[in-house]
Amino acid sequence: MKILVCISNVPDTTTKIRFVDDNKAFDKTGVQWIINPWDELALTRALELKEASGGAIENISVITVGTKDAEPVMRKALAIGADDAIRVDTEAKDAYYVALQIAEAVKDGGFDMILAGIDSSDYNGSSVGRMVAEFLETASVSSVSKIDIEGGNISLKREIDGGTEILETQLPFVAIVQKGIALEPRIPNMRGIMMARKKPLTVVAPADGDALTEFAAYELPEAKAACKMVDEENVKELVDLLHTEAKVI
Amino acid sequence: MNFEFTEEQLMIRDAARDFAQRELLGDVIERDATATFPTKHVEKLAELGFMGMMVDPKYDGGGMDTVSYILAMEEISKIDASVSVIMSVNNSLVCYGLQKFGTEAQKEKYLKPLARGEKIGAYLLSEPEAGSDATMQRTTAEDKGDHYILNGTKNWITSANSASTYLVIAQTHPEKRHHGINAFIVEKDSPGISLGPHEDKMGMRSSDTHSVMFTDVKVPKENRIGEDGFGFKFAMKALEAGRLGIAAQALGLASGALERAIQYSKERKAFGTEIGNHQAIGFKLADMAVKVENARNLCLKAAWLKDNGKPFTIEGSMAKLYAADIAMEVTTEAVQIHGGYGYVREYHVERLMREAKLTQIYEGTSEIQKIVISRGLLRE
Repeated sequence: MKILVCISNVPDTTTKIRFVDDNKAFDKTGVQWIINPWDELALTRALELKEASGGAIENISVITVGTKDAEPVMRKALAIGADDAIRVDTEAKDAYYVALQIAEAVKDGGFDMILAGIDSSDYNGSSVGRMVAEFLETASVSSVSKIDIEGGNISLKREIDGGTEILETQLPFVAIVQKGIALEPRIPNMRGIMMARKKPLTVVAPADGDALTEFAAYELPEAKAACKMVDEENVKELVDLLHTEAKVI
Repeated sequence: MNFEFTEEQLMIRDAARDFAQRELLGDVIERDATATFPTKHVEKLAELGFMGMMVDPKYDGGGMDTVSYILAMEEISKIDASVSVIMSVNNSLVCYGLQKFGTEAQKEKYLKPLARGEKIGAYLLSEPEAGSDATMQRTTAEDKGDHYILNGTKNWITSANSASTYLVIAQTHPEKRHHGINAFIVEKDSPGISLGPHEDKMGMRSSDTHSVMFTDVKVPKENRIGEDGFGFKFAMKALEAGRLGIAAQALGLASGALERAIQYSKERKAFGTEIGNHQAIGFKLADMAVKVENARNLCLKAAWLKDNGKPFTIEGSMAKLYAADIAMEVTTEAVQIHGGYGYVREYHVERLMREAKLTQIYEGTSEIQKIVISRGLLRE
């Protein structure tokens, strides 16, 4: 059995967001890049499944659509325990384009299970995983918070409105994973970092196709207004403020 | 000239940072207050391979370079210098000394478990009456043919209780003075070894420091390191490498204090604005940052020299001297910037200040570093 984990290269969650080129591009200066947190947890769960599988899961690959700048996070995925990595050598233009590139790169790869994080922490599009499944004409399950494999039976738990749903599935499938899929990401150890030097990181050329969106302009959200405290005794002041300042009543 | 780190070096730095944030930060204040040894923390550090990170992989080490070691030591020391001193002694004094000067049999038996971090190492040089003047060893190692008999007392031994493998320096031929000194690998559970009380230290309180007494302790001859009389040279060579670990520790204490001071200066308001906007504080931060940057560059330069097989004695001493001195200055300023909050435990900087003091004392005082540097200059 072979698992593929889709990995997005995203700015560290504490990055100060700035724009350049008349607000048409994100300023990458000084940005620390990380594995998208959901993707990292997806990889963590894939590793746990492999370790518990007694050899039934032979290989875990990771794939990223991105330029050479994305390689440090891929190398980290290898250091944590992925067996090999594929980089589609092009800018990650939009969700459609990324999904198309992933699907084209892996369609003949014989992957039984494809994991993707529910969204990436940069654009939060929540689209790539499902689009990959559509391109590959494979079943997909979204909002997965648990994956278990026991004796060939694959059980998934997904979050739905007002509860959870347990379902079983057959291979191959795409799981779009979210909170709960693994507890915390692994820290690479020295041995893993050393072994990552020798693991294959294959660079493939992008397939034909283009993005469906273009970026007109970036804009920062308005800064959150400071919180104003009103004494609990002072209801009149509260009402006045809601009326005159917040203008909600 | 190239100031870029490799992808791998950055990965190691980030791994050390993640480890410190996730595993050390949570209970560092409590362990300091109760002087509790970080047993579980060191086990996790070992699982990640940090306890023998520079040892050759054929002896179960991590095979990483000294630059990576500096980066890792800085990150861990920003949060917890008690853990980083255990890591430093194990890596750059004990493992380094064994790998460089031990026999194959010694490496097989002692270096491997130390490199894996299954065992902890300690380095026993200082004595009640031989600190900076390490030539005056009173601990004796009497040659009995196939074994030695050790008698004497060692002081200020880091990890004395938690370590299983001791590297002990002792005098075999007093008439030859320091040329008569030997170094031995001694198992801590050997009959005749006893520990003094746990030292109640000002800082680094989570590391266990004791004196160690030897009473007719039998050590097999194959546990001597190097030729007869090599011990003093061994001790000095090990310290030369160990210094880089402590230099990086001092750097981490300073940079950790600076990070906290910057953060606080952006949050705390006085006279209508964040205190960082007041020149009195802003200039302090600037001075601290210059010192930290200088210390980091000295540490990395010395590490680079060592990694490239070039002499690093003077540069290592410069790094240790400077980093330790500025660690004291920068942590003291960080407490000042925090005002009253800096004087209470919750804000960490008072602990960093207490810990910084030790970096000017152990593994060669600042004054000893000046001797090393000046003798090096005059020899040239």
